[in-house]
Amino acid sequence: MSGERILVNGNHAAAYGVRLARPMVVPVYPITPQTPIVEKISEFQAEGQMEVELVTAESEHSAMSACITASLTGVRVFTATASQGLMLMHEMLHYASGARAPIVMVNVNRTIGSPWGFWPDQTDSLAQRDTGWIQYYCESGQESLDTILQAFRVAEKVLLPAMVVHEAFYVSHSLEVVEVPAQELADQFLPPFTPPHRLDPEIKESWGNTVNQDMFYRHRKTLGEAMDNALAAAKEADADYRALVGRGYGIIEEYRCDNPEIIIATMGSMTGTAREAVDELRAEGLAVGLLKVKLFRPFPLKDVRRALTGVPKVVVLDRNFAPGTGGFLHQEMKAALYGMSDGPEVHGYLAGVGGTNIPPAKIKDMVREALAEKAAAEPVWKG
Amino acid sequence: MGYYNIQEEKVFNSGHAACPGCSEALAIRYIINTLGPDSIGVVPPSCIAIISGPQPLSSMRMPVYQTTLEASAASATGISRALKAKGNDHTNVVVIAGDGGTYDIGFQSLSSAAERNEDFIYVCLDNEGYMNTGAQKSSSTPYLAYTTSTPSGKPTPKKNLAEIMAAHRIPYVATATTGYPEDLARKVARAKELKGTGLRFILVLTPCLDGWGVADHAGPKTSRLAVETGVFPLYEVEYGERYTLNFGSKGTPVQAYLSQQSRYKHLRPEQIQEIQSQVDANWERLRERFSVP
Ligand SMILES: Cc1ncc(C[n+]2csc(CCOP(=O)(O)OP(=O)(O)O)c2C)c(N)n1
Ligand code: SF4
Ligand SMILES: [Mg+2]
Repeated sequence: MSGERILVNGNHAAAYGVRLARPMVVPVYPITPQTPIVEKISEFQAEGQMEVELVTAESEHSAMSACITASLTGVRVFTATASQGLMLMHEMLHYASGARAPIVMVNVNRTIGSPWGFWPDQTDSLAQRDTGWIQYYCESGQESLDTILQAFRVAEKVLLPAMVVHEAFYVSHSLEVVEVPAQELADQFLPPFTPPHRLDPEIKESWGNTVNQDMFYRHRKTLGEAMDNALAAAKEADADYRALVGRGYGIIEEYRCDNPEIIIATMGSMTGTAREAVDELRAEGLAVGLLKVKLFRPFPLKDVRRALTGVPKVVVLDRNFAPGTGGFLHQEMKAALYGMSDGPEVHGYLAGVGGTNIPPAKIKDMVREALAEKAAAEPVWKG
Repeated sequence: MGYYNIQEEKVFNSGHAACPGCSEALAIRYIINTLGPDSIGVVPPSCIAIISGPQPLSSMRMPVYQTTLEASAASATGISRALKAKGNDHTNVVVIAGDGGTYDIGFQSLSSAAERNEDFIYVCLDNEGYMNTGAQKSSSTPYLAYTTSTPSGKPTPKKNLAEIMAAHRIPYVATATTGYPEDLARKVARAKELKGTGLRFILVLTPCLDGWGVADHAGPKTSRLAVETGVFPLYEVEYGERYTLNFGSKGTPVQAYLSQQSRYKHLRPEQIQEIQSQVDANWERLRERFSVP
């Protein structure tokens, strides 16, 4: 039952992942660079390879609104967006997690206007980190395909929506050879979604009514517990997937982290480039490792702490930017590592913001600089 | 037991939180008691949400999803498509939304659902303003009516939503009002019967005691006067073309309708005359559409 190997771009790879997951309702609205995902799903539907209700909504806000109710009616739901589309969904992102609707959405990271741009930058999805969505950052089409299946499994287990994220063009439109697992394996990994609570005249349960303060408090607390449970669920899903399909990623990845002087921490497509930089630096005799943060929400606090215990320095590379605080991963790492007696010194570099190119040579320079200097409290702009 | 010749299934319950005498509660009764318990409701923020009930209470013996103000038609789309995907062809999906949530902030999603001809019923309970937030104007508020955001009277006319919806050429558009409960219930039954054909839209004029400044017992009378003066004619439109008039102007002067409501008490005689001329012109324009004179 080994899978089929095909040459596709990252977005089409994601669409194959969606097909394997068998969602029954897919409400969408087009935006560059997400469109190839939706086009491929439409093709699958037209060719009879997917049985799905496609809703071509008039906006992302409506697409997400329809996702929530379809999910609450008890069917598996998928959508995809990017940038402005994700911004327009913001109100409904909170509504979705509040309603505990296990929707899976791919967001293709793209700069947010104004001004207009189409470039890879993770600020769009990272700015949604507090909406109660599980977030996975992927570096390749293969990883997105595999992660979509895992995301459905985790989302439906803990009843929270999940975002699978990859970057514009570097991943979304780059061709790569992808292995598509056999449908039987996917079905084994992801059984049909049959929630006991749903909008159904037979059971007459409602959702969304006004609650009092105590009920709201309990609701938020329960939502937090579900998010905490997503950590173990994500590890388990990844391990099961690896056992079944032969590929796994972990919620973090530690690459050549044996006895390092410094570790590069980053997310998304930058990890691919950083891996090359690590190999070259290791060949030059420098003890460098890479920490890839794949699962960003819930933040894998304990795993990150363990990975960085006793490491002298970490240099965080952020292809994203929050004015007034800096790189998102930099902030999260500082918070995660705070109070450790044997934790690393944390350097925060803004690298690739707005989609600028960061080749391995540049990462090597940044590593050398971080080794030579004391960490600044503020983020440092690195082009 | 109903006062009229209306078949009701008891889905709506007493004990809800509407103002005593509220026309919306009356409308909801005839809507959901006609649809029956095999229904799923979608309700955005509005007095309807208050009437529907706070957690864990509900005045409706059916699942109700309370959505966001602008998303009702999109939310109903999600339910209707999921039911279809599950092979369920019997459960009614019904939106019950206010005029603000329909004419204004929710219009984009409604127009789009109409264009896609989604299979659900959309009922707008039109009390001509944002009552839940303290009686501000909406685009349904009539010309010269006082609201808290138009203290000297609204300077522009009411948007003609029934005609806009008819222009979408959906299977069914109807206007109704609580002073004519049998007509309202019949229209809901007709909409229910047309399940499977696409979007069915009913605009129900529901006088608001507080927002209009109407006496507690005067809701139904005010509603009837809206029809008899020609301010709010009751009619049906199928596929944007076949118009049927149910109840129209009896030639009663608009003054009789306006004088029931304190939101018009600032009007000067020439302003009342101006409203009369507009109502007459609208009525004449509408009459041209009916096949029967
Ligand atoms: C996005 C958003 N903006 C504003 C509000 C506040 N709000 C709640 S109810 C309401 C008025 C709705 O008016 P209408 O739809 O006519 O219903 P009514 O209160 O008259 O029954 C408003 C503005 C909201 N809930 N959501
Ligand atoms: S404010 Fe008006 S619409 Fe709202 S419950 Fe009271 S009478 Fe009914
Ligand atoms: Mg209103």
